[in-house]
Amino acid sequence: MQNNKNKKMPDQNGRFGIYGGRYVGETLMSALIELKQAYNKFLHSPDFKSEFNLLMKNYVGRPTPLFYAKRLSAQCNGAKIYLKREDLTHTGAHKINNTVGQILLAKQMGKSKIIAETGAGQHGVATAAAAALFNMECSIFMGIKDIKRQAPNVARIKLLGAKVIPVDSGSATLKDAMNEAIRYWTEAIEDTFYVIGSVAGPHPYPAMVRDFQKIIGTEAKEQILKQTKKLPDILVACVGGGSNAMGLFFPFINDSVEMTGVEAAGKGIETGKHAATLGHGTIGILHGSKSYILQDNNGQIKEAHSISAGLDYPGVGPEHSYFKDLNRIQYVSIKDKEALNAFKILSETEGIIPALESSHALAYAIKEAPKRSKEDIILVNLSGRGDKDLGIVLEQTNLDIS
Amino acid sequence: MNRIKEIFKKLKEKKEKALVAFVTAGDPNISQSLNIIKSMCKAGIDILELGIPFSEPTADGPVIQKASARALKQGINIKAVFKLTKNIREFTNIPIILFGYYNPIHLYGNKKFYIDAISAGADGLLVVDLPPEESDEMTNEWEGDKLALIRLIALTTPRDRIKKIANSASGFLYLVSKTGVTGSAGIDTSLSSDKFKIIRSITDLPVCVGFGISTPEHVSAVASFADGIVIGSAFEKTIEKNINNSELESIISKQTVEYKKATKNP
Ligand SMILES: Cc1ncc(COP(=O)(O)O)c(C=O)c1O
Repeated sequence: MQNNKNKKMPDQNGRFGIYGGRYVGETLMSALIELKQAYNKFLHSPDFKSEFNLLMKNYVGRPTPLFYAKRLSAQCNGAKIYLKREDLTHTGAHKINNTVGQILLAKQMGKSKIIAETGAGQHGVATAAAAALFNMECSIFMGIKDIKRQAPNVARIKLLGAKVIPVDSGSATLKDAMNEAIRYWTEAIEDTFYVIGSVAGPHPYPAMVRDFQKIIGTEAKEQILKQTKKLPDILVACVGGGSNAMGLFFPFINDSVEMTGVEAAGKGIETGKHAATLGHGTIGILHGSKSYILQDNNGQIKEAHSISAGLDYPGVGPEHSYFKDLNRIQYVSIKDKEALNAFKILSETEGIIPALESSHALAYAIKEAPKRSKEDIILVNLSGRGDKDLGIVLEQTNLDIS
Repeated sequence: MNRIKEIFKKLKEKKEKALVAFVTAGDPNISQSLNIIKSMCKAGIDILELGIPFSEPTADGPVIQKASARALKQGINIKAVFKLTKNIREFTNIPIILFGYYNPIHLYGNKKFYIDAISAGADGLLVVDLPPEESDEMTNEWEGDKLALIRLIALTTPRDRIKKIANSASGFLYLVSKTGVTGSAGIDTSLSSDKFKIIRSITDLPVCVGFGISTPEHVSAVASFADGIVIGSAFEKTIEKNINNSELESIISKQTVEYKKATKNP
């Protein structure tokens, strides 16, 4: 297994092996250097830690439960499936762990305004909530395609007092929202903090977001040991930018535990309409870091495709690329249809409606469980709840709710 | 590379500042792009910055975003940019600086890019999203020093960092006169003039100033201190507005003459 050197990733320059770095225009460099200094200073300060932990407990609702999905496991007739219930956090997805952390940092840095990009809208909601909590002005960039398919979250963002800025360039999804947020930030670095929603973007974001999200894995490890007296055999999480996956995996990285990241295969890899960046992408530079990306032969970024807005992204966090090359983490993909099916199965067997993003992880677990022994444990990160997806699911399936 | 040195020397003797024109290669199409550049050269630009289009131009405002998208629609890739460069070289001897984002260059191959850029007749390269911290991976693959590496300095760049940037740059430095993306309106000349003085106290490299410069008045204000003035979005706006106008080239030509006038006897 890996030794402790993984703990020192990234290096000084934000490198995970050849991946990561800071590929940004000069105007943003000073902002990133300032951010890195603030992050180094505050993250390890006892005051910051205790304020973060208190908010995790009393505002976010942590620790989230680890739940043995008995009926689902029985139906799969194989390994036992455990669910890490990030869907039960305040605002309904793991995204809130990171936004509370970053906005706490923004406050320490004396910034008064917050911006963020969002795809599924979960990061937008989580950012807007934390911004409200700390009385900061907040603007959320969102592609118009996502505004349409995640309407409930748009309403929530507005209710929380934030502005939604529609983005109609490119594919009008997450990647374009991020482009626009970067442009806006370039103009407003003086008083504005950019809350990136995944382990992507330029250094120090991939490391910082991982560090705020690793609470998922730290809790899960303690809980599974308490409940089963052993470590899980395999961890499963969906991968959009990769934050819920890295959050779960990282505390287990030196343990003898398999890890599988599940990307979106969209309409099928062979159709080209997918978001399987690690599985089928090539090395390139997008949004400030080097990682696997989806690009054409000329180095232009390709549009990703997934029924799930949170996975619909042609890039991925650099640390995932690093662990992919090391074969430490395995990456697979799940089609829209399989995710929809898993969405229904979990709702019916356990009374839990999962986010479409998380349904990708579940779908893989459901496929994998029957191949394993009944003693094996599959721990799935249930990254979010599915209320936001009801519209799409009803449209895409023949679910009869009359 | 030598063309860059020579032009600044020549302009100094003539008591003029460099007019640096940015256009996106292949916008609105290859043949029109070539004609536009030809009329700009005739009208007196001193340096050409040729933009390599990219699908995610995060440092650009709407005008250059659209120009980039138009060029991509025409199928412009790096090979096509080199071909255009070669064609431009046939009628002018002014320095040509290639200007782009790193991903297409990285995929093309840094070593091959260097070789092909030189053989096409380019003199320099500016990669918007490749700060000194990251650029070794590119320049380590360059076998020679015939391609100048133009670097950006921002209003937000602190003094010690300016040193670091200047030490690893060649040709000239590009001072970004606005904290923002390209095409944002207006320029605060006093901010860039203060920054210019700091840069000048650190390095002898020529310093061109760009971002937000659109009128001859801006040009002469900047010409009073800087070594060169970069105009991009203002030209692209003219192209966008007159895309179906048969007078486009003469309109661009007139615009260029106005700017050039403002660079003389600052
Ligand atoms: C519930 C949920 N899970 C997963 C994701 C994907 O992001 P990441 O890969 O960073 O966890 C999102 C993104 O919006 C989400 O809302």
